[in-house]
Amino acid sequence: MDKNGIIRVQGLSKRFGEIQAVDHLDFSVKEGEIFGFLGPNGAGKTTTIRILVGLLRPDSGMALVNGYDVLNEPVRAKESVGVVPESSNLYSELSAMDNLIYMSQLYGLPKKNWRGRAEELLQEFNLLDRKDGKFQGFSRGMKRRLTIAAALVHRPGILFLDEPTTGLDVMSARGLRGVIKNLKKKGVTVFLTTHLIQEAEDLCDRVAIIVKGKIRIIDTPEALKESVRETEVLEIRPTPVSQALPGKMEALPGVDKAALVEDRLRLYGKSLHGSVCQIFNRLDAEGVSILSIQTLTPTLEDAFVKLTGVDAEVMRVDKPVKMGGPG
Amino acid sequence: MGKGLRQAYYIARKDLRAYYLKPPLISWGLMLPIVFILSFYLKNPQGISEVSPGLVGMTTLFSTTSMAAIVISFEKRIDALERLLMAPIQLRTILFGKGLGAAAFGFAMALIALLLMVFIFGLRVSHPFSLFASLVISCFAFAFLGILISVGVREVFEAMTLSNFFRFPMIFLCGVFYPISSMPIVLQVIGFCLPLTYSVDALRQSLLSHGGMLNRWLDILILSGFSLMLFEIALAIFHKRTQEPN
Repeated sequence: MDKNGIIRVQGLSKRFGEIQAVDHLDFSVKEGEIFGFLGPNGAGKTTTIRILVGLLRPDSGMALVNGYDVLNEPVRAKESVGVVPESSNLYSELSAMDNLIYMSQLYGLPKKNWRGRAEELLQEFNLLDRKDGKFQGFSRGMKRRLTIAAALVHRPGILFLDEPTTGLDVMSARGLRGVIKNLKKKGVTVFLTTHLIQEAEDLCDRVAIIVKGKIRIIDTPEALKESVRETEVLEIRPTPVSQALPGKMEALPGVDKAALVEDRLRLYGKSLHGSVCQIFNRLDAEGVSILSIQTLTPTLEDAFVKLTGVDAEVMRVDKPVKMGGPG
Repeated sequence: MGKGLRQAYYIARKDLRAYYLKPPLISWGLMLPIVFILSFYLKNPQGISEVSPGLVGMTTLFSTTSMAAIVISFEKRIDALERLLMAPIQLRTILFGKGLGAAAFGFAMALIALLLMVFIFGLRVSHPFSLFASLVISCFAFAFLGILISVGVREVFEAMTLSNFFRFPMIFLCGVFYPISSMPIVLQVIGFCLPLTYSVDALRQSLLSHGGMLNRWLDILILSGFSLMLFEIALAIFHKRTQEPN
């Protein structure tokens, strides 16, 4: 474990009944980086974040956040971090301004700074013209931006973001990613969880891939992609699309892995070029026509599929939205 | 003011601003006590003073527990309670702040009921100081009862239903309308296990200067014990609940 990490985690485990939510996690996060926790729903990402922000007590292991042990000094640890949970959970009856002032009060900011800090954040997050609007009347994107602003009132050095863009439209999600990149420029360390591979690739300096409560690998997106560079990727657009196709393709010599990504069939293999005829013949025998075909440069998604064995389709499934919860 | 007390005050102030107009508060916390008071007045205008301690106690109980149910279970439902858990605030401070808001709401409602009876029905207060003390302590005891009920449930309607499971029997078992001494011994024993009994007893002596089973200051002391016990049980359950999967 990196002794200089601003977040340091060792042997962290948490079980809920029969389910081992996180299992002996070891990692550290460097100051000023965007560190991503990438994994499918139920992998243990939110449990990890909830332990790191002092909401949950782990069964074993230790976690230091900004030098504070989250088990023994949870209040001190909380003072130095901002948290943006998966749901935009500010107070629906309060205005944007009042929500931020309330956060300033809870985090112990001097009274003379409440309004000024709130206006500064509303300006930064492009919400100043809606400062008197109630939170319940905001769009999802605005709610998300205000929730991030609320996590920054006390100028924390570390920001935890749980699934920051879940449920947002494309434009709002893109805007939010810009906000996160700006935070990094200001020196804020960002720890984010996501099930969106593209988001991790776009934003993160380093990514930890977590599946079933265990970290499979931690590295930069570039290094992870490099690790599958020797693998050839062939993308075929078949018709009709059948869920059974990947299994049948994997039976062919030279095909190490096959997966359906939306309506495309992706084949991975070290010497795929030598198996092209057999692939075509097999598809023909299955009554499948080919609409298009191309070779691909490995992406983080390819690396993820290869390293975890988890189908990329599984990663596209959003968590069910709680009633009255996220906005 | 210490940091924890200041945080509790901000939590209470926000709750009062945000929730005082919520429908369950208006129906259960305000309308129901007013309906009871008017019903008794219309039935027997001269006898309103005799039942006034019970009516004030009942108003305090219903308004305080209704507010407590809202501030915990509604915020749990919309995940806003987690916002407080993420802030650098002790669990004890969060629950105390929630209780403080509920107690303040209950106190305001009890004051309205009292003023109504003083200025419209001609009620006279015998011991204002002990009246104030018994009202304040009753508000905290009932607020922590409401908090205890709502930390254990997930939805607002569950909190209100469970609250009524405690509140309605208390109306009949705690001397609100009938003296406890006239009840069968088994019901008397149950009555003495409930905080409203001591609240009504203290209020009766403070308002009417007669009646009462225990010294009114002993009633207030017992109510303080109830407040502390209910708060600590609610805190233990709240702590356990925060450790459950989200």
